[in-house]
Amino acid sequence: MTLMFGLFTGVLFGWLLQRARVLRYDKQLGALRLKDMTILKFMLSAILVASVGVHLLADLGLAELSIKGTTLGAQILGGLIFGVGWALLGYCPGTSWGALGEGRFDGLWGILGGWFGAALYAEAYPAMEASVLTWGNLGKLTLPGLLGVSHWVVIALLALGCVALFRFFERRGL
Amino acid sequence: MRQEDRGMNPYVAGALAGLVLILSVLVAGQFFGASTSFVRSAGLVEQIVAPGHVEESSYFMKYLARDPGIDWQWMFVLGIFFGAFLASNATGSFRWTDLPDSWRDRFGPSRVRRFATAFLGGTLALFGARLADGCPSGHGLSGVAQLSVSGLVAMACFFAGGLITARLLYPGRRS
Repeated sequence: MTLMFGLFTGVLFGWLLQRARVLRYDKQLGALRLKDMTILKFMLSAILVASVGVHLLADLGLAELSIKGTTLGAQILGGLIFGVGWALLGYCPGTSWGALGEGRFDGLWGILGGWFGAALYAEAYPAMEASVLTWGNLGKLTLPGLLGVSHWVVIALLALGCVALFRFFERRGL
Repeated sequence: MRQEDRGMNPYVAGALAGLVLILSVLVAGQFFGASTSFVRSAGLVEQIVAPGHVEESSYFMKYLARDPGIDWQWMFVLGIFFGAFLASNATGSFRWTDLPDSWRDRFGPSRVRRFATAFLGGTLALFGARLADGCPSGHGLSGVAQLSVSGLVAMACFFAGGLITARLLYPGRRS
């Protein structure tokens, strides 16, 4: 049942990604070249809506949050390496499958490379565990927890920031 | 633009994707993520070639020891493929494409060049994502939506690495 939920959820998400035209190298590089902010509009809208809903569910006791631990070394170094690969590939891991689904078969090479990269990481893991994964390990940290304010304050600020950014994008025609 | 597909407003599609995430959390207790599925796939493939080696890898065993390898997220990622396939066929926007337009304009018609770069990019992206413990789905969407510090730091670094690399790949005029 869990597996069927996964498939169904993926189909809905993939459908929306395709209709928003974000499964495209041109759009992803467009954002990284600061020329076309379609993927940021999609992503920030999703984040904003989800942040309200997910925190509401958590406040009502209907769901639990699932916070990933913060390890500064891992997120900074891994994040930067990811960014380099992302700009070369032009798709992220999920969207490379979606790109293939709409016929972009350069995405397939990205997927194969991704499997290879994951296998390489499995080899590197013992070394990483002893080094990068210990650098700046702060545990499961959230921004409201760090600032000591209600999560609704942070969500309101996030919303204001997004709206300002969206207005900027639309004014500049990005 | 050589592609004439007006698509859906990205704000609307994004907001709907946010709703899908909320429903997934409510119904199945699952947040979005994609990059762990690549570890599972890589492990399953490697098991065919070198089963003993996979068994000895503490990283593969973090994921493959508990279940046969296929989990919610693996099916979710497969679903993205089918969802994009269905949507593109339903709207007549499915196209077999080997080279993205902006790539061709900049780097020419060589397929080998594009596929090799995509492979290298995929390798780096997944190595980085596994080191960071997530990709734009897990850290970006799910992480930032939960206001986690890890998600915010990772997202900032995804874009920092991407912006610098894109600048090197496409130097010169911005507009």
